Amino acid sequence: MVQNFTLFIPLLPFLAFAIIVLLTRNNNRLSALVAILSIVAALMLSYGVFLEALSEGAELAANPFYGAPIAWMPFGGMTINFGWYVDPIGAAMLFMVPTVCLMIFIYSTAYMRHNHVDEHGHPHAEDDPRYARFFAYISLFTAMMLLLVVSSNLLQFFIAWEVMGFCSYALIGFWSFRGRKEHHIDDAQVGRARGAAIKAFLTTRVGDILFMTGMILLLITLGSLDFNKMYDPAAMNNMLAGLAQPLPGVEWPVVIALLIFGGTIAKSAQFPLHIWLPDAMEGPTPVSALIHAATMVSAGIFLIIRAYPLLEFAQQTSGPAMQIVAFVGAFTALFAATIGLAQNDIKRVLAFSTISQLGYMLAALGIGAFVSGSFHLLTHAFFKALLFLGAGAVIHSIGTNDMFKMGGLIRKMPITGITFFVGAFALMGIFPLSGFWSKDEILLDAMREGFYPHAGMSQDLFLQIIYLMLAIAAFLTALYTGRQLFLTFLGKPRDQAAYDHAHESPVAMWAPLAVLATFTVFLGFWNTPFAPAFFHFVGEGGFMGLPPFEHSEFDPIALTNMLVSTGIALSGFAVAWGLYGFRPIQAGQPDPLARLGFVWKILVNKYWLDELYGYKINLDGTAQPGLLIRLVGAFMRLCAWFDRNVVDGLVNLAGWLSRILARLWGWVDTHIVDGLVNATASVTGEIAEWWRTMQTGNVQNYALMAMVGAMAIAILFLLRSFT
Amino acid sequence: MITQIPLVYYLALAAALFCIGSFGALSRRNAIAVLMGIELMLNAVNINLVAFWRYGAADPLVDQAGIVFALFVITLAAAEAAIGLALIIAIYRSRDTVNVEEINLLKW
Repeated sequence: MVQNFTLFIPLLPFLAFAIIVLLTRNNNRLSALVAILSIVAALMLSYGVFLEALSEGAELAANPFYGAPIAWMPFGGMTINFGWYVDPIGAAMLFMVPTVCLMIFIYSTAYMRHNHVDEHGHPHAEDDPRYARFFAYISLFTAMMLLLVVSSNLLQFFIAWEVMGFCSYALIGFWSFRGRKEHHIDDAQVGRARGAAIKAFLTTRVGDILFMTGMILLLITLGSLDFNKMYDPAAMNNMLAGLAQPLPGVEWPVVIALLIFGGTIAKSAQFPLHIWLPDAMEGPTPVSALIHAATMVSAGIFLIIRAYPLLEFAQQTSGPAMQIVAFVGAFTALFAATIGLAQNDIKRVLAFSTISQLGYMLAALGIGAFVSGSFHLLTHAFFKALLFLGAGAVIHSIGTNDMFKMGGLIRKMPITGITFFVGAFALMGIFPLSGFWSKDEILLDAMREGFYPHAGMSQDLFLQIIYLMLAIAAFLTALYTGRQLFLTFLGKPRDQAAYDHAHESPVAMWAPLAVLATFTVFLGFWNTPFAPAFFHFVGEGGFMGLPPFEHSEFDPIALTNMLVSTGIALSGFAVAWGLYGFRPIQAGQPDPLARLGFVWKILVNKYWLDELYGYKINLDGTAQPGLLIRLVGAFMRLCAWFDRNVVDGLVNLAGWLSRILARLWGWVDTHIVDGLVNATASVTGEIAEWWRTMQTGNVQNYALMAMVGAMAIAILFLLRSFT
Repeated sequence: MITQIPLVYYLALAAALFCIGSFGALSRRNAIAVLMGIELMLNAVNINLVAFWRYGAADPLVDQAGIVFALFVITLAAAEAAIGLALIIAIYRSRDTVNVEEINLLKW
């Protein structure tokens, strides 16, 4: 019964965070040790849960591990609990997240030591000045991702989601300030990191607000946020009947589904809110790997996985929610791949490939290929972490991100090079690496639904378009990945000094690469078309009350698709070889694709979207807001002027009038009202002054008075008795 | 047969005594003399009470309210004299005088 300890999985790294922050922050080695031990413990625990889930098999989908022991927020007849919910895909995430995170943690212990040459010419390695803090942050980041994966309700999910937003801010901007004697970064990098952190935080905030709005509406219409109860059919239908339509002809489910999808757009960097992710490369490379593989962007996809029944319901009853998801995904996949072609920064190429691959996953989820989309999420995490860590090793070794200053590095860094090749081929989708199997499944689903409809149904043009977009994106992926390989690891060194400086990474860096490469090679066999074990696990029992997913047998269509997608990948790689490998690029030679002219310029400038509505961060660390932001700024200044001159004028006029009136009333008050009061008082005082002289203090006077009074009374009585 | 002294004699005596006492209480400057005046007034009242009891009660041996009243007044007069003299001594100690015209602190 390991499942009862599920909540300890996120708790352990969180404890590591607390321990590092409170106790061990001054001891770098100890902090790293605490972080790694906590993640190892979390990993063993989550493997336990994962194995228990596997032993349940497809049964788990109908009865997921669920427990909500902490009644956290009771209100208005319902209670928001704090608990766990582990269904098959959640279990698979519990396998992936800690594994990748552990590799990144181990890698970070070496990566966060910077090499530099002291004044005597001796090379030195010293820890980053905020080494311990780095481990605190990534522990918190991991903790929150794990919490998100095991969340039992959407609000708990949202908490983890938001804390991750903060962690990404803190980590992307990790080098956004520096103290004295910090030589590993320069001022331009400080400026870039600062801009990138703010940009990432604010851009994702847009989506967070949409997500939160959707969540509130969902709570109102469904009456629960618990994953266990949220998606039962009666409650879902209630959504349609419960409230008036938000707009004529629009139903609530599609509105809510798209609002929640808005959260994904920002978090998973989909068009048009992808702009934060390339700049997020300013963070240390392990952070990039963490954000791009195991945590941040996966959270967005995982949200769509959790909201999948809602999307499906919205699609069936009230609007094209899933088609919008599919189209945004496919468009982003294609769009980001084109930009990836024209990037010279080794990490930015990977950043755009991440955006593109996330688009793949969303397209898959949008066309109903739930299982293949989820599977791609898993495989992608491994090979993208591998690629980022490999790129990090290169950067760590030669000290630059610019691919045009690299070349031939595989001779200097064979292990990094070979593992990077494995990751790159997986990204391209080369048989038999994991990327091949997962991407192939997505393309197969699109192809099968689009071109080979079930008997009696017409061909679906929408799905055909999606398929074509994904196929072109696959070609471009192979092209830019090939370009990266040829520019970085093959060919001739273009910067001899950097090349001479290059060296193989320490074991703490290459060992995680090797582990991740192993997973990259073998993970794909979990879900091949011949033996779809992952499908049996995740899809066969249905999902959150949905009917089971269909799975077709291995047939000629699948074979065709395999051949086609292999052909696409190989042709993309061949074009890359023709451009960059056949005649290696020499130092100072422009990019061969620059001959595209204006198109190239568009791509290099990323379609000018940063200039249009984003926030452009320059290499020298300065930044300009985009056109839209400047327009908003101008509008705000106009409003401010209006406020200062017109609104404030009115307010001041009202104030001035009140003052005049108040003076008038003040005069009335002091002279008339106070006069009456004072008159009363002084009259009373005068009388009292006169009367008080009675009190002589002489006791015989008083006695005389008493006597006279008594006599007066006696006389009165006498007079009365006489009359 | 011995003729009874009429009631009016007693009342005249009491009235005279009361007038003398009240004159003393109101006009003497010495506090002790004032107290003595008050004693005279009380005794005048006592004479009245006893006289009215003797002449007014239907059966003097049964209805003894008059003499009981007089006894109470005597007791009260003793207590009052004790307290009054104590006060006078206290005042004398603090102000070196027993002249009531000089003891007039409690005024406006």
